[in-house]
Amino acid sequence: MHLSSDETIFWQRGFFKLNGTIVSTWALMFALAAGSMLVTRKLSTNLKRSRWQNLLEIVVTGIEQQIQDVGLRHPKKYMGFLGTLFLFLALASLCTVIPGYDPPTGSLSTTAALALCVFVAVPFFGISEQGLGGYLKSYMEPTVIMLPFNIISELSRTLALAVRLFGNMMSGAMILAILLTITPFIFPIAMSALGLLTGMVQAYIFTILAAVYIAAATRGPRAEPAPTPNTTA
Amino acid sequence: MDNMTLIAIASIVTAGLTIALGSIGPALGEGRAVATALSSLAQQPDASSTITRTLFVGLAMIESIAIYCFVVSMILIFANPFWNHVIAQTAGK
Repeated sequence: MHLSSDETIFWQRGFFKLNGTIVSTWALMFALAAGSMLVTRKLSTNLKRSRWQNLLEIVVTGIEQQIQDVGLRHPKKYMGFLGTLFLFLALASLCTVIPGYDPPTGSLSTTAALALCVFVAVPFFGISEQGLGGYLKSYMEPTVIMLPFNIISELSRTLALAVRLFGNMMSGAMILAILLTITPFIFPIAMSALGLLTGMVQAYIFTILAAVYIAAATRGPRAEPAPTPNTTA
Repeated sequence: MDNMTLIAIASIVTAGLTIALGSIGPALGEGRAVATALSSLAQQPDASSTITRTLFVGLAMIESIAIYCFVVSMILIFANPFWNHVIAQTAGK
């Protein structure tokens, strides 16, 4: 049973295996970087702009608005990290319409790597915002007794990020494969559309959760207790 | 009943039970979450973006419980270490 794209091996030598996950991850990275480079070659600030620039502007300002709604005060600082997460995950799940493509997030190694990136980014942004002492003090936040529980919650929510994304992506691919052997005509198309929807939702969830964790680390004990919406009532 | 049969029976039954029992709780929880979100949307439609975003984040957290059960079930069926060990033993014999 084809469980993940780790199993299709293109080339191997000794210990290193070039499997489908690595190939599709690099292809996605190349597509994102090359596409953006092509679009941003001639940026225009007046009203006459190319439709690709328009698309990129919509995406970037949308992500910036979402980051600000979560409670991060200067979204441009975190836009590089969070925007890249969202774009990579969204493209990885959108490309399932291409036949013969296995999403690289259907392999636990990719999702674990992304969750580890978030795990490293949270103290990084926290320390850059509050200083080392302030950030470490936030671990003893309600009382000192909560210190082990705060550490455990850091580790477990990283694990939860990885397993949630992996489970959603892998289950979508697996259900499709099973359905293709049972009712190979209309039903797999509906399930594929559902897989696209859950892929986009999971990309959004991953990014928003990363943003919430970073906001909790950078907000500190002094600021407002909950993020308020930017729209006025 | 030898080892192999026992492991097979236990794995299959547990895999089925895991996913069956494990999806009851999250389904009930998600139903309640969406119901409350809908009623608060009806009361305050101008906060709809905040409510929708919080609803999605909450649903993802609830859904991950069901995903954990699914992953355990898949491990029991497809990547079962006990089954692999017993298969390797009988193949080696």
